[in-house]
Amino acid sequence: MEFSWDLVINAIVTGIVLGGFYASVAIGVTIAFGMLDIVNIAHPAFMIAGAYLAFLGWESFGFDPFVSMAVFAPCGYLFGRAFYRAYHFFFERRGDESIQGLAFFFGILFIVEIGVVLVFGVDYRSISEPYLESTIGLGFVSVPWRMLVPFLVGLGMLGSVHLYLSRTFTGRTILAVSQDVEAVRLIGANPIRAKEIAFGIAVATAIIAGVLLIIIQPVEPSITREYIGRAFAICVLGGIASIPGTLVASLILGVAEALTTTFYGPSWSPAVSFGLLLLTLIFRPAGIFGR
Amino acid sequence: MAATMLLGPYVSEYYYLATYTILQFIVLGTAWNILGGYGGYVNFGTAGFFAIGCYTTIVLNKIFPMPLFFEMLAAAVTAGLVGLGTGYLTLRLRGVFFSIATLALAIVLQTLVVNWSFVGGARGVYVIRPPISGVLMAFFVFFVPNGISYVQFLVMLMVALAMFAVLAAWAVEKSWIGIGLAAIRDDEAAAETSGVPSLRLKLIATTMSGALMGMAGAPFPYYVTYVDPATAFGLAIAVNSIAMPLVGGTATWWGPVVGAILLGSAQQILTVTISSAANLFIVGVLLVVFLTAAPRGVVGIVRGWKRGRK
Repeated sequence: MEFSWDLVINAIVTGIVLGGFYASVAIGVTIAFGMLDIVNIAHPAFMIAGAYLAFLGWESFGFDPFVSMAVFAPCGYLFGRAFYRAYHFFFERRGDESIQGLAFFFGILFIVEIGVVLVFGVDYRSISEPYLESTIGLGFVSVPWRMLVPFLVGLGMLGSVHLYLSRTFTGRTILAVSQDVEAVRLIGANPIRAKEIAFGIAVATAIIAGVLLIIIQPVEPSITREYIGRAFAICVLGGIASIPGTLVASLILGVAEALTTTFYGPSWSPAVSFGLLLLTLIFRPAGIFGR
Repeated sequence: MAATMLLGPYVSEYYYLATYTILQFIVLGTAWNILGGYGGYVNFGTAGFFAIGCYTTIVLNKIFPMPLFFEMLAAAVTAGLVGLGTGYLTLRLRGVFFSIATLALAIVLQTLVVNWSFVGGARGVYVIRPPISGVLMAFFVFFVPNGISYVQFLVMLMVALAMFAVLAAWAVEKSWIGIGLAAIRDDEAAAETSGVPSLRLKLIATTMSGALMGMAGAPFPYYVTYVDPATAFGLAIAVNSIAMPLVGGTATWWGPVVGAILLGSAQQILTVTISSAANLFIVGVLLVVFLTAAPRGVVGIVRGWKRGRK
């Protein structure tokens, strides 16, 4: 497409708004992978589960997406805690995380994706609410509410996770676990319980991100694969365990994808996140906010 | 092999197709295991290396047709070099970064192919099977008077490739490379301190593993005659090549073979009787069940029995 500053500014605004949503997807990976050292590549599978739960709630009970978040996120939290217990019992305890644990998450990702195909089919599913259909004008760029809502919720999620981790006792225990498990044990706190709670939070964020996803666009099962790349690219670029890093990296990825889509077409957009991930791993594996 | 050749005219084409698929997975599972099982580095991008093999054949077939054997060699070289490059760039980091990078590699390659109209882009491309070369045909006619069909030829090619792959894995396992890789898998820092050249060993394993995966992909276009990126980069390939060694057992050369035969035949039966989506679902469930209940795979179960009897 021909170059023009209008298009660039439009793409940057779209990218920033999109980046806020990506932050909601990546925060769970930052918690699980960055802080707990659990390589949860099944994170997008939990997200897609959230999207289909929101669809189910909207179709059968007329749930507003916000009602879905309030109902399903706590379920995700409880599921996440149980899931971490099973993971700890079968893999972490035995010291099998590196091969078997990784393959386990890959298997879970696969089971959820095929399971969704078996239940819902491969058709696109979407939800709509009147207030999501309107558009808000900011100068000469206009942003639809169905983009703005996920952006705002994503920023809110990042803020609340940050506050929780820095202000509460359990939150600080989680941060301590991410730095030195032995030291946490020595001061008498239970690292396993802290990890369990943190993983529950990570899954709950994935469920909310899924609801946000189906607000933005129609959803089909294989969409999970693109989001593995996005979530891990953001997490690594942001310095793995850093919440401000996650935010900055999300915005960078969002803008990079929006610019690519505008000037080269949407067929190149999957390569942006993975390309960014490969480049980060090659040139600066510690990420921009890494220690 | 002799049996399939003799029974040739009496066995339906379907059995050849099923056999080909299982053999292909023996090669892929064995190739994955050289790095993943022996060295402990999980490669999620098998489909990417497999597709490099497919598209090497397609490109060569378009610009400079040559016997399949040379196309397979070219595929091995290309996929091996990509493996070496990826390994060189990411194997110095923690193991999980290599895994994530291989996942990324497969998607980047798929995006490149989707946007590359010379090889058909997202629409895919039809491939015409070349005739079997005269010398080879004369050799087969010696055994089977009526000659053989192209599918039968491909099945025999795959038998040879599977034997080659298993032999290569066996050689790695029994040599100093395998011992070094096992030391890396158990404790990389300790291995390095004791003088194991860990980066070099990991690069050898990654290159071999990638080259074998590429070779497995090279005949695929002639087998299906129509290739699109969704097939060549299929999720089924990535999942199966991980599931088969882990279900069979990763410590020995025969684990992946057992896993490939078990899972491969189960899938063929399920595809015929239920549906292809359901059979992939069952592979995923089996993978998770084995990982949690029998982390050493079938090999581990068999060894447990033997120990129990003594």
